[in-house]
Amino acid sequence: MKPTDIGAPEYFHKVVDCQWACPAHTPVPEYIRMIAAGRYADAYMVNWTSNVFPGVLGRTCDRPCEPACRRGRVEDEPVAICRLKRVAADYKGDIKDRLPQPATSRNGKRVALIGAGPASLTVARDLLPLGYHVVLYDQDPKAGGMMRTQIPKFRLPESVLDEEVDYILGLQPELRLGKRIDSLKALLDEGYDAVFVGSGAPRGRDLEIPGRQEAKANIHVGIDWLSSVSFGHIDKIGKRVIVLGGGNTAMDCCRSSKRLGGETVTVVVRSGFEEMKASPWEKEDAMHEGIPILNFLVPKAFIHKNGRLTGMTFDKVKAEYDAKGRRNLVPTGEPETLIECDDVLVAVGQENSFPWIERDIGLDFDKWGMPVVDTTTLQSTNPKVFFGGDAAFGPKNIIWAVAHGHDAAISIHKMLQGEDIKDRPPPTVNLASQKMGIHEWSYDNDVSNDLRYKVPWRDPSETLKNIRLEVELGFDPKLGFAEAQRCLNCDIQTVFEAKLCIECDACVDICPMDCITFTPNGEEDELRQRLMAPARNKTQDLYVSPELKTTRVMVKDEDVCLHCGLCAERCPTGAWDMQKSLIQMTHAEHACSRSHA
Amino acid sequence: MTYLAKPKLRHPDLPINKLGYTRRDYEGSVSTLCAGCGHDSISAAIIQACFELDLPPHRIAKLSGIGCSSKTPTYFLGHSHGFNSVHGRMPSVLTGANLANRDLLYLGVSGDGDSASIGLGQFAHCIRRGVNMVYIVENNGVYGLTKGQFSATADRGSKSKRGAINGDSSIDLVSMALQLGATYIARSFSGDKTQLVPLIKAAILHKGAAFLDVISPCVAFNNHLGSTKSFDYVREHNEAVNRLDMMTPRAAITAEYAPGTVESVTQHDGSTIHLRKLAANYDPHDRIAAMTYLQERASAGEVVTGLLYVDNDPSDLHDSLNTVAAPLNGLGETELCPGPAALDKINASLR
Ligand SMILES: Cc1cc2nc3c(=O)[nH]c(=O)nc-3n(C[C@H](O)[C@H](O)[C@H](O)COP(=O)(O)OP(=O)(O)OC[C@H]3O[C@@H](n4cnc5c(N)ncnc54)[C@H](O)[C@@H]3O)c2cc1C
Ligand SMILES: Cc1ncc(C[n+]2csc(CCOP(=O)(O)OP(=O)(O)O)c2C)c(N)n1
Ligand code: SF4
Ligand code: SF4
Ligand code: SF4
Ligand SMILES: [Mg+2]
Repeated sequence: MKPTDIGAPEYFHKVVDCQWACPAHTPVPEYIRMIAAGRYADAYMVNWTSNVFPGVLGRTCDRPCEPACRRGRVEDEPVAICRLKRVAADYKGDIKDRLPQPATSRNGKRVALIGAGPASLTVARDLLPLGYHVVLYDQDPKAGGMMRTQIPKFRLPESVLDEEVDYILGLQPELRLGKRIDSLKALLDEGYDAVFVGSGAPRGRDLEIPGRQEAKANIHVGIDWLSSVSFGHIDKIGKRVIVLGGGNTAMDCCRSSKRLGGETVTVVVRSGFEEMKASPWEKEDAMHEGIPILNFLVPKAFIHKNGRLTGMTFDKVKAEYDAKGRRNLVPTGEPETLIECDDVLVAVGQENSFPWIERDIGLDFDKWGMPVVDTTTLQSTNPKVFFGGDAAFGPKNIIWAVAHGHDAAISIHKMLQGEDIKDRPPPTVNLASQKMGIHEWSYDNDVSNDLRYKVPWRDPSETLKNIRLEVELGFDPKLGFAEAQRCLNCDIQTVFEAKLCIECDACVDICPMDCITFTPNGEEDELRQRLMAPARNKTQDLYVSPELKTTRVMVKDEDVCLHCGLCAERCPTGAWDMQKSLIQMTHAEHACSRSHA
Repeated sequence: MTYLAKPKLRHPDLPINKLGYTRRDYEGSVSTLCAGCGHDSISAAIIQACFELDLPPHRIAKLSGIGCSSKTPTYFLGHSHGFNSVHGRMPSVLTGANLANRDLLYLGVSGDGDSASIGLGQFAHCIRRGVNMVYIVENNGVYGLTKGQFSATADRGSKSKRGAINGDSSIDLVSMALQLGATYIARSFSGDKTQLVPLIKAAILHKGAAFLDVISPCVAFNNHLGSTKSFDYVREHNEAVNRLDMMTPRAAITAEYAPGTVESVTQHDGSTIHLRKLAANYDPHDRIAAMTYLQERASAGEVVTGLLYVDNDPSDLHDSLNTVAAPLNGLGETELCPGPAALDKINASLR
């Protein structure tokens, strides 16, 4: 293998598994250390800069970082990264004076944002301080998108959302709330320099099976029902409720029903429990509230009597796998199952729909009716029009919407400054040694086995009665500190200086995880087999040194390194050093100062 | 030294031996030696060897004298018996322990100061008695613990860290062990575990006095230019006569060798050592030839390593004393004090 180029910005970034997995690349270990040090406001600002909605995301994020977390590879469970974010938000105090101020002068460019969900709000936040005139449209009376209309208040209190939306509205976009865009063509004709479409994936899929029409008064499409609940238009439901579907929407529907009068609420999914789309913790939360999840039941018909829904029938199926490993659901032949009910919530999927975008404005759609959008620049085939969030590539989540927002803002900014939008600004990378003395390091590197702490909950006797009462209480500072200490500090990198190494093996002997090997060089696949411990996780890089005096090379498997620094502590020559790699994504604001520097 | 404890976490794919242990289970407390000390690598090699041989830790006794090297038993085999004796006296304590309980595996760990200076007599008598043990000298050419004075194994003409030249002749413990009748003799280097680990394993399986001289650079006091025990010097002058590739009874040879380059040595317990020859004419069964070869290469400035001598049919102290097969410490009062009739018989035989 060739010697590793640790100068390449991705190399150390990939080692910080959580940050690499985060769509917005939030510097996770950096803010976790701040939380451990009680620097909540600082931790909040690291988050706010990167992901715009720390208080919201600290309660609702899909947390792609957690399955990636290294702690999960060396122990059972990852660090509770998401809930630590909430600790920063809960205890930060007043941070208003740290926020950017509204631009004092405008640059004369006008940008329209369609939809006021997290994607558009991120574009607004990035562009407003640069002097853009941003016009924010939404058909709803308040900004926030699905964070407001879909996510139930018992998971995300309105005050938390309001606070973070207001930070952006404070930058003074021109608000056109309660205004639905019915024609993109007409909007473009108003002479905007750029348009960002952040209109989400607003249509819930329906289920056309016998009885749907006849019983329609008691059959509701999940996301429509949730937004009516959110706006207070609906405040009760029948005693017996069936929720169809296995995604997070279904979980929000069933838990909401339980709070609006549903006594027996049952979730029914077509396939297996394991294959459900909902995150494991969402399923746990629902079951914790006494909601059973029945699987392998395919809806057959809505049963009704005198125009009133009385129940539903299902066919029992089982999973069979064909030669290609594809799964088929085949009937078991058992008699159909009848579940009696008063209401059904259909939460079987969400779709995009763009009836208001004309097809003759140079904006191409693919055969599935989705706009053709560049995954990096987020530009459509109409150079003035950009997409982001659920509108761009189908329903995802808030953090992806934020990441798209940042990327689209860079594109819009570059385009309107006359630069090539394909030329993306690289992240800033800082490497700094953490050595403070012979045995002193600037971070807490004493790693121990330490199981994940549970977030305390409010008593269900209260929360099941009040749909606006938040269920989770969040970590208090003490628990937050304990959980923060589980972080392995993966951004404190092991940096190897081949010239200094005397090949004494001290690092090899001390490394608790058998990461380090001195061996003759070879091809990667073969080399992975003959290290101190086999390096089977190919998603994790091998760090290979230039040739050493004995003609061997140092090979470090990054996979399960604890970043404990024992190698550096043991090295007699300082060939190993622990250096913090602070990687920050460049947003439109930085790109601006750079291009003018 | 390191102040942090080594975390208990381990690599999830770490191999597990027949007893269900990983290599980590053979570790001891975290080392307090200087970072980079060769002795720590030897500890790691001992750990690896015991792990690979599936040895139950509670059947091993570690004995040592005084010195950085003699401190190391604390840093490996944390679940074994240990005795940190007086400077240079490890051999007699080990001999006594071995006489009392012949069933344990005896690991004597010593330094060049401990064995070649103050303990030279002890070393000599223990070897000539053929005590069944593995005797490892962690040889750095200095008294590390007392800040780097030349030891008796320092080569004449080598230079101390402060520039003093050693004017005394050096003691070569390997040559002495050959002369004194050790039945397994090897030399290796702390910086070459691929050579060292199999040598330790074979020594453990050897029934008799097995002696290993392991050159082990002292990074604090003897790893400079002008030292003949530094990493660089040893690497440049290392002449390995052979390599031990495989040595358990179970393992089959997987590598392919040119005919005539591999020799199989079957040990007393049925285990086989496969020796890959590097010096074509070197015969590890010829004690006299070995002595000559060593002197020759040493005068050419080379450090000869590898398995230097092995007796295929060794015997030990218990054989020559004709002791009972059961460990003496397990005998009861009736066996130990057979009564006046037995005494009379013995007395009569001496008349
Ligand atoms: C029930 C439910 C629960 C969810 N829970 C989570 C969660 O816990 N965590 C998570 O990360 N994600 C969750 N999501 C997904 C998340 O809400 C979305 O992925 C995210 O809000 C998408 O952001 P966006 O900016 O793309 O669009 P949206 O948030 O969907 O906002 C789009 C906005 O555009 C407006 N709009 C649409 N068309 C027009 C038009 N023509 N004119 C004017 N305005 C228009 C809409 O009114 C809406 O306000 C959930 C989704 C649902 C349905
Ligand atoms: C009876 C006695 N004499 C002298 C000493 C001082 N002393 C302690 S360690 C040591 C030398 C150790 O040298 P070596 O065995 O080579 O061990 P190293 O530290 O080099 O590994 C000496 C002379 C002592 N502890 N006891
Ligand atoms: S920091 Fe060094 S010693 Fe610790 S696990 Fe990583 S490579 Fe091993
Ligand atoms: S401890 Fe330092 S000098 Fe020794 S092998 Fe490791 S990197 Fe090289
Ligand atoms: S003084 Fe020398 S022998 Fe002793 S621990 Fe330090 S390096 Fe090792
Ligand atoms: Mg010594």
